[in-house]
Amino acid sequence: MNNNPIRRFALHAAMAAMMVGTLAVPASAQRDPAYAAARANGQIGEKMDGYLGIVGNATPELQAMVNDLNNRRRAVYTERAQAENATLESYALTAGCLAISRTEVGEMYQAPDGSWQRRTSAPPLRDARCP
Amino acid sequence: MNTVKLTNQRCGAHKDPMRDLKAFPTRSAVLLPGLLAGLLALSGCITVNAPSEPIVIELNINITQEVIYRLAEDAGNAIDENADIF
Repeated sequence: MNNNPIRRFALHAAMAAMMVGTLAVPASAQRDPAYAAARANGQIGEKMDGYLGIVGNATPELQAMVNDLNNRRRAVYTERAQAENATLESYALTAGCLAISRTEVGEMYQAPDGSWQRRTSAPPLRDARCP
Repeated sequence: MNTVKLTNQRCGAHKDPMRDLKAFPTRSAVLLPGLLAGLLALSGCITVNAPSEPIVIELNINITQEVIYRLAEDAGNAIDENADIF
């Protein structure tokens, strides 16, 4: 029954494919190490408008990284705002509210007055409209 | 008043402009009132709805808390699904 070499081969191939499939599933996309480091250092902060900003002096590398991330964020905002029948600005502002509240201690974020703040264990200073 | 003619007129080689004009009153009787009514309605709309001041939209201020609350759940999912850029 199972001695047919072709069938055996097919069975093994199927099992191998299943194993590779379970291994290949990504846990979830992670931040690029350079981005994670710049966040942790406080070189990059979360702005109120839903985009990233450079806190101190901008280097070409930092600027390129922030521009790229912000462009990708805008693409996400644009697509989902359209699906939700909302404007890009309102969707981005909403995401900014959430991104600021999800900052970790030590990371930088923009307060409603426009100033950069370092996140403490206390709740961040956010726009009054934030959920 | 039309004068009575004893014999039928022959059709000319070209259209007689004066005879074509005869058809005008009957057609205009239908078209003109409609046209006038349309014009009146249009002009009425414009004068009634004309804004006195230009409308200025302040986008950032115009985003209401209601809208932000509506979008919050989806935006949270968007951040989770794109964890590499947030």
